[in-house]
Amino acid sequence: MKAEIEVLQPGLFSTIQDLGRYGFLKYGVPLSGSMDTYAAKIGNLILNNPVNVAVLEITQMGPKLQFRAATKIVITGADLSPEINKISVGNNSIHSINSGDILSFGKRKSGCRAYLSISGGFQSSESLKSKSWYEGITEFSKMTKGKSLAFESASVSGLDTHAKVKINSDYLSEKEIQVFPGPEYGYLYEKEKKLLASTQFSVDKKNNRMAIQLQETIQNNLDPIITGPVIPGTIQLTPSGNLIILMRDCQTTGGYPRIFQLSEIAMNIISQKVLGDKIIFKLDSNFIKPGCL
Amino acid sequence: MIGERAVLVEFEPEISEKLLEKILFYKKSIEEYYIKVNVEVINTYNSLLIYYISNIENIYNEVLAIEQLLSTPNITKKVNSILFHIPVCYDFEFGLDLEYLASQKECSVEEVIVLHTRPVYTVYFIGFLPGFLYLGGLDKKLHTSRKEQPRMKVEKGAVGIGENQTGIYPKSSPGGWQIIGNSPVDFFDRNIQPPCEIFAGDKVKFYSISRKRFDEIKDEINSGNFQIKKENYEG
Repeated sequence: MKAEIEVLQPGLFSTIQDLGRYGFLKYGVPLSGSMDTYAAKIGNLILNNPVNVAVLEITQMGPKLQFRAATKIVITGADLSPEINKISVGNNSIHSINSGDILSFGKRKSGCRAYLSISGGFQSSESLKSKSWYEGITEFSKMTKGKSLAFESASVSGLDTHAKVKINSDYLSEKEIQVFPGPEYGYLYEKEKKLLASTQFSVDKKNNRMAIQLQETIQNNLDPIITGPVIPGTIQLTPSGNLIILMRDCQTTGGYPRIFQLSEIAMNIISQKVLGDKIIFKLDSNFIKPGCL
Repeated sequence: MIGERAVLVEFEPEISEKLLEKILFYKKSIEEYYIKVNVEVINTYNSLLIYYISNIENIYNEVLAIEQLLSTPNITKKVNSILFHIPVCYDFEFGLDLEYLASQKECSVEEVIVLHTRPVYTVYFIGFLPGFLYLGGLDKKLHTSRKEQPRMKVEKGAVGIGENQTGIYPKSSPGGWQIIGNSPVDFFDRNIQPPCEIFAGDKVKFYSISRKRFDEIKDEINSGNFQIKKENYEG
Protein backbone atom coordinates (compact mmCIF):
# COMPACT_ATOMS: atom_id res chain seq x y z
CA MET A 1 0.00 0.00 0.00
CA LYS A 2 1.37 3.40 -0.97
CA ALA A 3 2.11 5.56 2.04
CA GLU A 4 3.79 8.85 2.81
CA ILE A 5 6.01 10.67 5.26
CA GLU A 6 5.38 14.36 5.67
CA VAL A 7 8.34 16.68 6.15
CA LEU A 8 7.46 18.94 9.11
CA GLN A 9 10.93 20.51 9.24
CA PRO A 10 13.61 19.87 6.61
CA GLY A 11 16.69 20.05 8.89
CA LEU A 12 20.03 21.08 7.39
CA PHE A 13 20.35 18.92 4.30
CA SER A 14 18.78 15.57 3.51
CA THR A 15 18.56 13.68 0.24
CA ILE A 16 17.22 10.36 -1.01
CA GLN A 17 20.09 8.10 -2.08
CA ASP A 18 20.56 4.57 -3.35
CA LEU A 19 23.95 3.10 -4.24
CA GLY A 20 24.39 5.27 -7.31
CA ARG A 21 23.63 6.00 -10.93
CA TYR A 22 25.56 3.80 -13.31
CA GLY A 23 25.77 3.89 -17.08
CA PHE A 24 25.77 7.65 -17.63
CA LEU A 25 29.32 8.75 -16.85
CA LYS A 26 29.92 9.18 -20.56
CA TYR A 27 27.24 11.88 -20.64
CA GLY A 28 28.90 13.73 -17.77
CA VAL A 29 26.40 12.50 -15.16
CA PRO A 30 27.87 12.04 -11.65
CA LEU A 31 27.70 8.59 -9.99
CA SER A 32 25.96 9.92 -6.82
CA GLY A 33 24.74 7.44 -4.17
CA SER A 34 25.09 7.35 -0.38
CA MET A 35 28.26 9.03 0.92
CA ASP A 36 28.75 6.35 3.61
CA THR A 37 27.79 3.16 1.81
CA TYR A 38 28.53 1.03 4.88
CA ALA A 39 25.90 2.77 7.01
CA ALA A 40 23.40 2.82 4.13
CA LYS A 41 23.81 -0.90 3.46
CA ILE A 42 23.71 -1.90 7.15
CA GLY A 43 20.35 -0.18 7.65
CA ASN A 44 18.85 -2.05 4.73
CA LEU A 45 20.43 -5.29 5.88
CA ILE A 46 18.88 -5.01 9.37
CA LEU A 47 15.47 -4.45 7.79
CA ASN A 48 15.99 -7.33 5.38
CA ASN A 49 15.73 -4.92 2.45
CA PRO A 50 17.81 -5.41 -0.71
CA VAL A 51 21.02 -3.42 0.02
CA ASN A 52 20.55 -1.03 -2.87
CA VAL A 53 17.07 0.33 -2.06
CA ALA A 54 16.79 4.06 -1.42
CA VAL A 55 17.49 5.53 2.03
CA LEU A 56 17.37 9.07 3.39
CA GLU A 57 20.82 10.59 3.92
CA ILE A 58 20.67 13.11 6.77
CA THR A 59 23.46 15.64 7.28
CA GLN A 60 24.39 16.91 10.76
CA MET A 61 21.01 18.39 11.73
CA GLY A 62 18.12 16.04 11.19
CA PRO A 63 14.63 16.77 9.90
CA LYS A 64 11.30 16.34 11.66
CA LEU A 65 9.18 13.75 9.89
CA GLN A 66 5.66 12.47 10.42
CA PHE A 67 4.67 9.01 9.21
CA ARG A 68 1.23 8.60 7.61
CA ALA A 69 1.23 4.81 7.91
CA ALA A 70 2.77 2.02 9.98
CA THR A 71 6.19 0.70 9.02
CA LYS A 72 9.60 -0.25 10.42
CA ILE A 73 12.69 1.94 10.34
CA VAL A 74 16.38 1.78 11.22
CA ILE A 75 18.77 4.68 11.68
CA THR A 76 22.48 4.08 11.01
CA GLY A 77 25.70 6.09 10.62
CA ALA A 78 26.08 9.31 12.61
CA ASP A 79 24.42 9.57 16.02
CA LEU A 80 22.15 12.60 15.69
CA SER A 81 20.10 11.82 18.84
CA PRO A 82 17.01 10.43 17.13
CA GLU A 83 13.66 10.55 18.94
CA ILE A 84 10.32 8.96 18.14
CA ASN A 85 7.45 10.93 19.66
CA LYS A 86 10.07 12.72 21.80
CA ILE A 87 11.38 9.48 23.26
CA SER A 88 15.04 8.85 22.63
CA VAL A 89 15.82 5.83 20.42
CA GLY A 90 19.08 4.20 19.36
CA ASN A 91 20.87 3.66 16.08
CA ASN A 92 21.23 0.28 14.39
CA SER A 93 18.04 -1.29 15.71
CA ILE A 94 14.54 -1.70 14.34
CA HIS A 95 11.84 0.71 15.47
CA SER A 96 8.19 -0.01 14.78
CA ILE A 97 6.34 3.05 13.61
CA ASN A 98 2.62 3.69 13.88
CA SER A 99 0.67 6.05 11.68
CA GLY A 100 1.05 9.58 13.06
CA ASP A 101 4.41 8.96 14.79
CA ILE A 102 6.95 11.76 14.61
CA LEU A 103 10.67 11.15 14.08
CA SER A 104 12.93 14.03 15.07
CA PHE A 105 16.62 14.54 15.76
CA GLY A 106 18.56 16.46 18.39
CA LYS A 107 22.18 17.10 19.16
CA ARG A 108 24.89 15.60 16.99
CA LYS A 109 26.87 13.15 19.15
CA SER A 110 29.11 11.47 16.57
CA GLY A 111 29.69 11.39 12.82
CA CYS A 112 28.24 13.68 10.18
CA ARG A 113 25.71 11.72 8.14
CA ALA A 114 22.93 9.47 9.42
CA TYR A 115 20.84 7.15 7.25
CA LEU A 116 17.16 6.45 7.64
CA SER A 117 16.17 3.11 6.14
CA ILE A 118 12.56 2.13 5.84
CA SER A 119 10.97 -1.24 5.27
CA GLY A 120 10.91 -1.79 1.49
CA GLY A 121 12.94 1.37 0.80
CA PHE A 122 11.85 4.88 -0.17
CA GLN A 123 9.74 4.89 -3.32
CA SER A 124 10.63 8.22 -4.90
CA SER A 125 10.70 8.35 -8.69
CA GLU A 126 13.66 7.00 -10.59
CA SER A 127 15.60 8.95 -13.19
CA LEU A 128 18.38 7.45 -15.32
CA LYS A 129 18.10 4.15 -13.46
CA SER A 130 18.61 5.59 -9.97
CA LYS A 131 16.61 7.27 -7.22
CA SER A 132 19.59 9.30 -5.98
CA TRP A 133 18.68 12.98 -5.89
CA TYR A 134 20.79 15.22 -8.10
CA GLU A 135 19.82 18.65 -9.38
CA GLY A 136 18.70 18.54 -13.00
CA ILE A 137 18.50 14.75 -13.06
CA THR A 138 15.79 13.95 -10.51
CA GLU A 139 12.58 15.88 -9.95
CA PHE A 140 13.70 16.93 -6.47
CA SER A 141 17.18 17.68 -5.25
CA LYS A 142 16.56 18.85 -1.70
CA MET A 143 14.06 18.29 1.03
CA THR A 144 11.71 21.13 1.86
CA LYS A 145 9.01 21.69 4.46
CA GLY A 146 5.66 20.21 3.46
CA LYS A 147 7.14 17.79 0.96
CA SER A 148 6.13 14.18 1.25
CA LEU A 149 8.33 11.13 0.84
CA ALA A 150 6.75 7.97 -0.53
CA PHE A 151 7.21 4.50 0.89
CA GLU A 152 5.46 1.17 0.69
CA SER A 153 3.60 0.32 3.90
CA ALA A 154 3.96 -3.35 4.75
CA SER A 155 2.27 -5.38 7.45
CA VAL A 156 4.26 -4.65 10.58
CA SER A 157 4.39 -8.20 11.85
CA GLY A 158 5.78 -11.26 10.17
CA LEU A 159 8.90 -9.68 8.69
CA ASP A 160 11.96 -11.80 9.10
CA THR A 161 14.61 -9.23 9.91
CA HIS A 162 18.26 -9.48 10.81
CA ALA A 163 17.85 -7.88 14.19
CA LYS A 164 21.17 -9.21 15.42
CA VAL A 165 23.56 -7.83 12.80
CA LYS A 166 26.82 -6.93 14.50
CA ILE A 167 27.62 -3.30 13.80
CA ASN A 168 31.07 -1.81 13.92
CA SER A 169 30.77 1.88 14.72
CA ASP A 170 34.48 2.45 15.43
CA TYR A 171 34.96 3.87 11.94
CA LEU A 172 32.99 6.96 12.96
CA SER A 173 35.99 8.10 15.01
CA GLU A 174 38.72 6.56 12.83
CA LYS A 175 41.44 9.06 11.83
CA GLU A 176 43.38 6.93 9.42
CA ILE A 177 42.44 7.34 5.78
CA GLN A 178 43.74 4.63 3.45
CA VAL A 179 44.84 6.02 0.11
CA PHE A 180 46.48 4.72 -3.03
CA PRO A 181 48.86 6.78 -5.16
CA GLY A 182 46.98 8.81 -7.78
CA PRO A 183 48.11 9.22 -11.39
CA GLU A 184 50.15 12.36 -10.60
CA TYR A 185 51.46 11.33 -7.16
CA GLY A 186 54.82 10.31 -8.61
CA TYR A 187 55.52 13.85 -9.85
CA LEU A 188 55.49 15.33 -6.32
CA TYR A 189 58.82 16.23 -4.69
CA GLU A 190 59.99 13.98 -1.84
CA LYS A 191 59.46 16.86 0.59
CA GLU A 192 55.76 17.11 -0.31
CA LYS A 193 55.34 13.33 -0.19
CA LYS A 194 56.77 13.34 3.34
CA LEU A 195 54.48 16.20 4.36
CA LEU A 196 51.46 14.35 3.04
CA ALA A 197 52.41 11.30 5.08
CA SER A 198 53.21 13.14 8.32
CA THR A 199 50.68 15.99 8.47
CA GLN A 200 47.54 15.70 10.52
CA PHE A 201 44.95 17.32 8.25
CA SER A 202 41.71 18.98 9.41
CA VAL A 203 38.40 18.84 7.59
CA ASP A 204 37.33 22.27 6.28
CA LYS A 205 33.84 23.81 6.32
CA LYS A 206 33.64 23.20 2.57
CA ASN A 207 32.11 19.76 3.02
CA ASN A 208 29.32 18.59 0.77
CA ARG A 209 28.29 15.74 -1.50
CA MET A 210 30.55 16.99 -4.28
CA ALA A 211 33.76 17.44 -2.33
CA ILE A 212 35.38 17.71 1.09
CA GLN A 213 38.22 20.20 1.40
CA LEU A 214 41.05 20.04 3.93
CA GLN A 215 42.31 23.12 5.82
CA GLU A 216 46.08 22.57 5.68
CA THR A 217 47.81 23.28 2.39
CA ILE A 218 50.97 21.84 0.91
CA GLN A 219 53.17 23.42 -1.70
CA ASN A 220 52.21 22.45 -5.21
CA ASN A 221 55.01 22.07 -7.75
CA LEU A 222 52.82 20.24 -10.26
CA ASP A 223 51.55 21.66 -13.54
CA PRO A 224 47.84 21.42 -14.27
CA ILE A 225 47.02 18.32 -16.31
CA ILE A 226 45.13 18.07 -19.56
CA THR A 227 41.53 17.63 -18.36
CA GLY A 228 41.23 13.95 -17.42
CA PRO A 229 38.88 11.52 -15.63
CA VAL A 230 38.18 11.83 -11.90
CA ILE A 231 36.04 9.56 -9.73
CA PRO A 232 34.67 9.69 -6.18
CA GLY A 233 37.61 9.40 -3.78
CA THR A 234 40.11 11.17 -6.04
CA ILE A 235 42.13 13.82 -4.15
CA GLN A 236 43.01 16.84 -6.25
CA LEU A 237 45.81 19.27 -5.42
CA THR A 238 44.87 22.82 -6.48
CA PRO A 239 47.38 25.47 -7.62
CA SER A 240 47.08 27.17 -4.22
CA GLY A 241 47.97 23.89 -2.47
CA ASN A 242 44.53 22.91 -1.22
CA LEU A 243 43.60 19.24 -1.03
CA ILE A 244 40.12 18.50 -2.37
CA ILE A 245 38.63 15.05 -1.78
CA LEU A 246 36.07 14.43 -4.50
CA MET A 247 32.92 12.77 -3.20
CA ARG A 248 29.91 10.93 -4.65
CA ASP A 249 28.36 13.85 -6.59
CA CYS A 250 31.68 14.97 -8.08
CA GLN A 251 32.10 16.03 -11.68
CA THR A 252 33.37 13.36 -14.07
CA THR A 253 36.49 15.14 -15.32
CA GLY A 254 38.96 17.65 -13.91
CA GLY A 255 42.18 19.51 -14.60
CA TYR A 256 43.96 19.49 -11.22
CA PRO A 257 46.66 16.89 -10.48
CA ARG A 258 45.22 13.73 -8.88
CA ILE A 259 47.60 12.80 -6.08
CA PHE A 260 45.66 10.20 -4.07
CA GLN A 261 42.72 7.84 -4.43
CA LEU A 262 40.78 6.86 -1.30
CA SER A 263 39.87 3.26 -0.58
CA GLU A 264 36.14 2.54 -0.41
CA ILE A 265 36.34 2.21 3.38
CA ALA A 266 38.18 5.54 3.60
CA MET A 267 35.28 7.10 1.64
CA ASN A 268 32.90 5.97 4.40
CA ILE A 269 35.21 7.29 7.13
CA ILE A 270 35.68 10.73 5.54
CA SER A 271 31.92 10.99 4.93
CA GLN A 272 31.44 11.01 8.71
CA LYS A 273 33.83 13.92 9.38
CA VAL A 274 32.78 17.46 10.29
CA LEU A 275 34.58 20.81 10.46
CA GLY A 276 37.84 20.50 12.41
CA ASP A 277 37.96 16.69 12.56
CA LYS A 278 41.47 15.32 12.07
CA ILE A 279 42.65 12.78 9.53
CA ILE A 280 45.98 11.15 8.64
CA PHE A 281 46.74 9.63 5.26
CA LYS A 282 47.99 6.06 5.21
CA LEU A 283 49.50 5.42 1.80
CA ASP A 284 49.22 1.89 0.49
CA SER A 285 51.93 1.80 -2.16
CA ASN A 286 52.01 -1.99 -2.39
CA PHE A 287 48.89 -1.56 -4.44
CA ILE A 288 49.41 -1.83 -8.16
CA LYS A 289 51.58 1.08 -9.30
CA PRO A 290 50.29 3.78 -11.57
CA GLY A 291 51.95 3.63 -14.94
CA CYS A 292 52.38 -0.15 -14.91
CA LEU A 293 50.52 -0.43 -18.18
CA MET B 1 45.29 2.36 -12.00
CA ILE B 2 43.34 4.44 -9.54
CA GLY B 3 41.93 2.95 -6.37
CA GLU B 4 39.94 -0.25 -6.02
CA ARG B 5 37.41 0.44 -8.73
CA ALA B 6 39.08 1.88 -11.76
CA VAL B 7 41.80 1.32 -14.29
CA LEU B 8 43.20 4.42 -15.93
CA VAL B 9 44.99 4.23 -19.27
CA GLU B 10 46.95 7.30 -20.26
CA PHE B 11 48.20 8.14 -23.73
CA GLU B 12 50.53 10.90 -24.92
CA PRO B 13 49.80 14.22 -23.20
CA GLU B 14 48.40 16.01 -26.21
CA ILE B 15 45.11 17.16 -27.70
CA SER B 16 44.71 15.95 -31.27
CA GLU B 17 42.08 14.36 -33.45
CA LYS B 18 44.48 11.58 -34.36
CA LEU B 19 44.87 10.64 -30.70
CA LEU B 20 41.09 10.92 -30.19
CA GLU B 21 40.51 8.43 -33.01
CA LYS B 22 43.00 6.02 -31.46
CA ILE B 23 41.43 6.37 -28.00
CA LEU B 24 37.91 5.87 -29.36
CA PHE B 25 39.11 2.75 -31.17
CA TYR B 26 40.42 1.21 -27.93
CA LYS B 27 37.38 2.44 -26.01
CA LYS B 28 35.19 0.44 -28.35
CA SER B 29 37.27 -2.72 -28.06
CA ILE B 30 37.31 -2.45 -24.25
CA GLU B 31 33.54 -1.88 -24.21
CA GLU B 32 33.05 -4.94 -26.38
CA TYR B 33 35.35 -7.04 -24.17
CA TYR B 34 33.38 -6.03 -21.06
CA ILE B 35 29.96 -6.33 -22.63
CA LYS B 36 28.78 -8.83 -20.00
CA VAL B 37 30.43 -7.11 -17.03
CA ASN B 38 29.29 -4.00 -15.22
CA VAL B 39 31.86 -1.42 -16.24
CA GLU B 40 31.74 2.09 -17.60
CA VAL B 41 34.34 3.27 -20.06
CA ILE B 42 34.89 6.98 -20.52
CA ASN B 43 37.48 8.88 -22.49
CA THR B 44 39.01 12.32 -22.20
CA TYR B 45 41.61 14.00 -24.45
CA ASN B 46 44.37 11.52 -23.65
CA SER B 47 42.90 8.99 -21.20
CA LEU B 48 40.58 6.04 -20.97
CA LEU B 49 38.98 5.19 -17.63
CA ILE B 50 37.45 1.80 -16.98
CA TYR B 51 35.22 2.10 -13.92
CA TYR B 52 33.96 -1.06 -12.22
CA ILE B 53 30.63 -0.98 -10.41
CA SER B 54 32.03 -3.02 -7.52
CA ASN B 55 35.55 -3.44 -6.19
CA ILE B 56 37.88 -5.21 -8.61
CA GLU B 57 38.49 -8.79 -7.48
CA ASN B 58 41.72 -9.54 -9.26
CA ILE B 59 43.35 -6.39 -10.49
CA TYR B 60 46.18 -8.26 -12.24
CA ASN B 61 43.70 -10.14 -14.43
CA GLU B 62 41.98 -6.93 -15.42
CA VAL B 63 45.21 -5.09 -16.17
CA LEU B 64 46.46 -8.02 -18.24
CA ALA B 65 43.24 -8.19 -20.23
CA ILE B 66 43.27 -4.46 -20.92
CA GLU B 67 46.97 -4.55 -21.78
CA GLN B 68 46.20 -7.19 -24.35
CA LEU B 69 43.42 -5.19 -25.91
CA LEU B 70 45.73 -2.21 -26.11
CA SER B 71 48.49 -4.18 -27.78
CA THR B 72 46.33 -4.96 -30.79
CA PRO B 73 47.16 -2.51 -33.57
CA ASN B 74 44.61 0.23 -33.88
CA ILE B 75 43.27 0.20 -37.37
CA THR B 76 41.28 3.37 -37.19
CA LYS B 77 38.95 3.33 -40.07
CA LYS B 78 37.46 6.69 -40.89
CA VAL B 79 34.26 6.38 -38.93
CA ASN B 80 31.43 8.54 -40.12
CA SER B 81 30.58 11.05 -37.48
CA ILE B 82 27.56 13.30 -37.30
CA LEU B 83 27.78 17.05 -37.74
CA PHE B 84 25.34 18.99 -35.56
CA HIS B 85 24.39 22.54 -36.51
CA ILE B 86 23.85 24.48 -33.28
CA PRO B 87 22.07 27.86 -33.24
CA VAL B 88 23.68 30.55 -31.06
CA CYS B 89 22.35 34.04 -30.37
CA TYR B 90 25.26 36.46 -30.06
CA ASP B 91 23.04 39.33 -28.87
CA PHE B 92 24.62 41.60 -26.23
CA GLU B 93 21.88 40.48 -23.84
CA PHE B 94 23.61 37.08 -23.74
CA GLY B 95 27.12 37.93 -24.92
CA LEU B 96 28.22 39.56 -21.68
CA ASP B 97 31.91 39.46 -22.60
CA LEU B 98 31.59 39.96 -26.39
CA GLU B 99 32.74 43.58 -26.32
CA TYR B 100 35.58 42.77 -23.92
CA LEU B 101 36.72 39.98 -26.21
CA ALA B 102 36.53 42.18 -29.31
CA SER B 103 38.58 44.91 -27.62
CA GLN B 104 41.14 42.37 -26.40
CA LYS B 105 41.49 40.99 -29.89
CA GLU B 106 41.35 44.45 -31.51
CA CYS B 107 38.60 43.43 -33.87
CA SER B 108 34.88 44.01 -34.28
CA VAL B 109 32.18 42.03 -32.49
CA GLU B 110 31.05 40.82 -35.93
CA GLU B 111 34.51 39.41 -36.56
CA VAL B 112 34.42 37.50 -33.26
CA ILE B 113 31.12 35.95 -34.34
CA VAL B 114 32.52 35.02 -37.78
CA LEU B 115 35.60 33.43 -36.17
CA HIS B 116 33.42 31.48 -33.75
CA THR B 117 30.91 30.20 -36.33
CA ARG B 118 33.44 29.28 -39.02
CA PRO B 119 35.18 26.13 -37.68
CA VAL B 120 33.84 22.59 -37.53
CA TYR B 121 34.50 21.67 -33.90
CA THR B 122 35.32 18.15 -32.72
CA VAL B 123 33.56 16.73 -29.65
CA TYR B 124 36.37 15.14 -27.60
CA PHE B 125 34.21 14.01 -24.70
CA ILE B 126 31.39 14.99 -22.36
CA GLY B 127 32.33 15.88 -18.81
CA PHE B 128 32.22 18.47 -16.03
CA LEU B 129 28.40 18.71 -16.07
CA PRO B 130 25.75 16.46 -17.63
CA GLY B 131 25.80 17.30 -21.34
CA PHE B 132 28.86 19.59 -21.30
CA LEU B 133 30.75 19.06 -24.57
CA TYR B 134 34.52 19.46 -24.63
CA LEU B 135 35.08 20.98 -28.09
CA GLY B 136 38.38 21.27 -29.92
CA GLY B 137 39.12 23.50 -32.89
CA LEU B 138 38.67 27.04 -31.58
CA ASP B 139 40.32 29.65 -33.85
CA LYS B 140 43.66 30.70 -32.34
CA LYS B 141 42.67 34.35 -32.50
CA LEU B 142 39.84 33.69 -30.03
CA HIS B 143 41.97 31.98 -27.37
CA THR B 144 41.32 34.01 -24.20
CA SER B 145 42.16 33.45 -20.56
CA ARG B 146 39.35 32.75 -18.12
CA LYS B 147 37.83 35.56 -16.06
CA GLU B 148 39.85 36.43 -12.98
CA GLN B 149 36.72 36.29 -10.85
CA PRO B 150 34.45 33.46 -11.97
CA ARG B 151 30.74 34.35 -12.16
CA MET B 152 28.62 32.87 -9.38
CA LYS B 153 25.99 32.06 -11.98
CA VAL B 154 26.35 31.48 -15.70
CA GLU B 155 22.99 31.01 -17.45
CA LYS B 156 21.88 27.72 -18.97
CA GLY B 157 22.79 27.68 -22.65
CA ALA B 158 25.61 30.23 -22.23
CA VAL B 159 28.30 29.87 -24.89
CA GLY B 160 31.76 30.61 -23.56
CA ILE B 161 35.45 30.66 -24.31
CA GLY B 162 38.15 29.57 -21.84
CA GLU B 163 41.77 29.41 -23.05
CA ASN B 164 41.75 27.24 -26.19
CA GLN B 165 38.32 25.75 -25.51
CA THR B 166 34.78 26.75 -26.31
CA GLY B 167 31.60 25.21 -24.99
CA ILE B 168 28.01 25.55 -23.89
CA TYR B 169 26.79 25.41 -20.28
CA PRO B 170 24.02 22.75 -20.33
CA LYS B 171 22.59 24.13 -17.08
CA SER B 172 23.23 27.23 -15.02
CA SER B 173 26.32 26.89 -12.86
CA PRO B 174 29.22 28.94 -11.52
CA GLY B 175 31.74 29.49 -14.29
CA GLY B 176 34.87 31.37 -15.29
CA TRP B 177 34.65 31.39 -19.07
CA GLN B 178 34.18 34.51 -21.20
CA ILE B 179 30.52 34.45 -22.25
CA ILE B 180 29.79 35.41 -25.87
CA GLY B 181 26.28 34.12 -26.56
CA ASN B 182 23.54 31.67 -25.71
CA SER B 183 22.10 28.62 -27.43
CA PRO B 184 18.39 27.83 -27.01
CA VAL B 185 19.04 24.13 -27.62
CA ASP B 186 18.93 21.51 -24.83
CA PHE B 187 21.98 19.28 -24.79
CA PHE B 188 20.82 17.02 -22.03
CA ASP B 189 17.36 15.63 -21.44
CA ARG B 190 16.94 13.12 -18.63
CA ASN B 191 13.66 11.96 -20.15
CA ILE B 192 15.06 10.69 -23.42
CA GLN B 193 17.35 7.75 -24.09
CA PRO B 194 20.22 8.44 -24.53
CA PRO B 195 19.97 11.68 -22.53
CA CYS B 196 22.53 13.35 -24.80
CA GLU B 197 22.47 12.67 -28.54
CA ILE B 198 25.96 14.01 -29.24
CA PHE B 199 28.88 11.63 -28.66
CA ALA B 200 32.65 11.81 -28.44
CA GLY B 201 33.96 11.99 -32.00
CA ASP B 202 30.98 13.90 -33.40
CA LYS B 203 31.26 17.39 -34.94
CA VAL B 204 29.62 20.68 -34.08
CA LYS B 205 29.21 23.89 -36.07
CA PHE B 206 27.59 27.03 -34.71
CA TYR B 207 25.36 29.41 -36.67
CA SER B 208 24.30 32.88 -35.61
CA ILE B 209 20.60 33.58 -34.95
CA SER B 210 18.72 36.76 -34.10
CA ARG B 211 17.21 37.54 -30.72
CA LYS B 212 13.77 36.97 -32.26
CA ARG B 213 14.71 33.60 -33.71
CA PHE B 214 16.11 32.61 -30.29
CA ASP B 215 12.66 33.04 -28.73
CA GLU B 216 11.01 31.21 -31.62
CA ILE B 217 13.33 28.23 -31.22
CA LYS B 218 12.66 28.21 -27.46
CA ASP B 219 8.94 28.02 -28.22
CA GLU B 220 9.48 25.31 -30.83
CA ILE B 221 11.50 23.29 -28.31
CA ASN B 222 8.77 23.65 -25.69
CA SER B 223 6.13 22.42 -28.11
CA GLY B 224 8.38 19.62 -29.36
CA ASN B 225 8.72 21.04 -32.88
CA PHE B 226 12.43 21.80 -33.02
CA GLN B 227 15.01 19.42 -34.42
CA ILE B 228 18.74 20.13 -34.36
CA LYS B 229 19.96 20.09 -37.99
CA LYS B 230 22.38 17.21 -38.44
CA GLU B 231 24.17 15.51 -41.30
CA ASN B 232 26.75 12.81 -41.87
CA TYR B 233 30.24 14.17 -41.79
CA GLU B 234 33.23 12.73 -43.56
CA GLY B 235 36.53 14.26 -42.56
